Amino acid sequence: MSASEGNYLHIVMPDQISDTRRNFGRFIIWGSAVLLILTVLLQSLDQSNFLSFGFENWRPTLYAYLFWAFCLCLGQVILYGEQGKRRLFILPAVLFVISVVIFPLIFALGIAFSSWNLSSPDGRQFNGLANVYQMWSDPFYWNALKNMIYYTLAILFEYIIAFSLALLLNTQIRARKFFRVAFLMPLMLSPVAVSWMIGKSMLEARFGPISRLARELGWENPSFFGSHEMARAVIMMMDAWTFIPLMMIMILAGLQAIPKEMHEAADVDGAPPWKKFWEITFPLMLPVSITAILIRIIFKLKLADIIINVTSGGPGGATDSVTSFIFREYRDRSNVGYGTFLAIFYLIIIVILMTILIKIADKWMRPRY
Amino acid sequence: MNKQIFHDTAQDLSFKPNWFFNRFLIYGVLIIWAFICLFPIYWTITTTFKAAPDVMKGNIVPWWDFTPKWLGLKSLGLSPNTIFVENTVREEFLKRFWNSTIIAFSSSTIAVALGSCTAYGLSRFSYRFGFMRNSDISFFFLSQLILPPVVLALPFLVLYKELALLDTRIGLIALYTLTVLPIVIWIMRDQFGSIPVELEEAALVDGLSLWKAFGTIILPIALPGIIAAFIISLVLTWNEYFFAALLTSSHAKTLPVMVASQTGSQGIAWWSMAALSFAAILPLVIIGIVLEKFIIKGMAAGAVK
Repeated sequence: MSASEGNYLHIVMPDQISDTRRNFGRFIIWGSAVLLILTVLLQSLDQSNFLSFGFENWRPTLYAYLFWAFCLCLGQVILYGEQGKRRLFILPAVLFVISVVIFPLIFALGIAFSSWNLSSPDGRQFNGLANVYQMWSDPFYWNALKNMIYYTLAILFEYIIAFSLALLLNTQIRARKFFRVAFLMPLMLSPVAVSWMIGKSMLEARFGPISRLARELGWENPSFFGSHEMARAVIMMMDAWTFIPLMMIMILAGLQAIPKEMHEAADVDGAPPWKKFWEITFPLMLPVSITAILIRIIFKLKLADIIINVTSGGPGGATDSVTSFIFREYRDRSNVGYGTFLAIFYLIIIVILMTILIKIADKWMRPRY
Repeated sequence: MNKQIFHDTAQDLSFKPNWFFNRFLIYGVLIIWAFICLFPIYWTITTTFKAAPDVMKGNIVPWWDFTPKWLGLKSLGLSPNTIFVENTVREEFLKRFWNSTIIAFSSSTIAVALGSCTAYGLSRFSYRFGFMRNSDISFFFLSQLILPPVVLALPFLVLYKELALLDTRIGLIALYTLTVLPIVIWIMRDQFGSIPVELEEAALVDGLSLWKAFGTIILPIALPGIIAAFIISLVLTWNEYFFAALLTSSHAKTLPVMVASQTGSQGIAWWSMAALSFAAILPLVIIGIVLEKFIIKGMAAGAVK
């Protein structure tokens, strides 16, 4: 993560910033901030029926916030000159991420401990730890979490397939471009379209081509979403189908970065291919593999589209991922509070596990001498 | 007595069964996997032109075991004899298609603009915001990748309702920008890291300002990376379903939501579903074929250090 440290641009630009300019800079930043606070105050007073200004929504606050953000960016240049221009490179993105992630997350914490049915007129009701108890005794949520573990473990198989394909693509073959494009295709397709194309039509029990093939091979009544294990496996396969290209390309890039001399030296020493793979290629590929697997895990944890569209969690919650479960929880009961609490709980688990994983991976990736 | 019956001719000696077997195996596996990757697309395209009996009988090869009909495109109002006639389905479809296009393009553009500036800043200057240094800021951006969309979905539902942004394109654009921003930063950081700092130093010494040096010298060099980041963002935002399903209802509905909403109700109208799915994947299939180089470049970024 810190590979580029020390590669900075070391140029100092002369700057003369007059007092009037500095004052003006301060004025627009603080002026717009005051404007923002005033708007928020007025709107909250209006919201709590204290005073009535006839605001229809919180748009004015949004505009005031945007104005403040703009003034803050402008103010940096006015106040700090060259240094401010440097800040301007990252300030907009920082402000953007803070306003669409950090602020909603804090807001989400507030919602998580309340019961809020969007379709009922009562609005938000704080209900303390009731959501925690509800979650604790919700077998479907725990089931969804358990499914996520299965889904994540499936990555190992995806990795093996992706690695073999990358090895094949890395050999001397004709029509490499064709194969690369063909292998890349599944990643480009929209998961929703994929769930229709494969899940709903090709796996259709009576006349989908895959069921037909299964019948040819001697499976009497192919049903892909009948039993729990089968349905889960099919979802895993469809997701693998979409995402194997991603891992494959990362691994392929790693394979191509291995210097040829390594293999030549091994050839001179007369190493058999199998040994060459285990003792040269695989260890050298370890960092790339770990990066690829970590990225794949991150994407896997968001798995939802295919499940929502193909099985909507069934049969009996066997294919539910956490995301699809919360999606249905909201769709069926429109309970924002409980759904948000489940999501926050999921986020906490993910953050803890990913931190541990990244720490372990970091240790593994460091070369051992 | 011991006369050898078979002699190895020069031709026989040059035959290496091992080598041929290997070739055969490699191409065999490659072709099988290519088939697995491409068959669903082929199936969708052909199903667009099948009538119900053809679907039931499982006919696969056009003109050989079934005659193509314009059923699928007709149901979307895009077949030759319906294209000039008023058609509500087509109106609907074009509206969704247009929504998807606008949302995907604007959010990718914004993400690439914000992301390349940020990546450039992080790769060139040392910042300090309180305790946050460059690597912390980098981590702050990249860690957004871990955030599952479901955590933001419900708060945004409520927030957008209050802000009257529910079911608007702008609302979706903001969220999509957020989802692809970490990926753009990841790719662009890699790209800028490989450009030597001496270039800007020379430019600055020659009297260019910081932003001008960035715009006229660095950006053109980083263009391949920018295109890669843009295309990957485009793919992700075009295909996004989860947020669109929750946050839009009629006005700003995107194409994936339209496809998904048809699956339940019209399970039997195979040709129309196939046509719709096909239309949803077609732009990306074309992009994938034409710009494959950039996509691979983008995905490989950061894998190799």
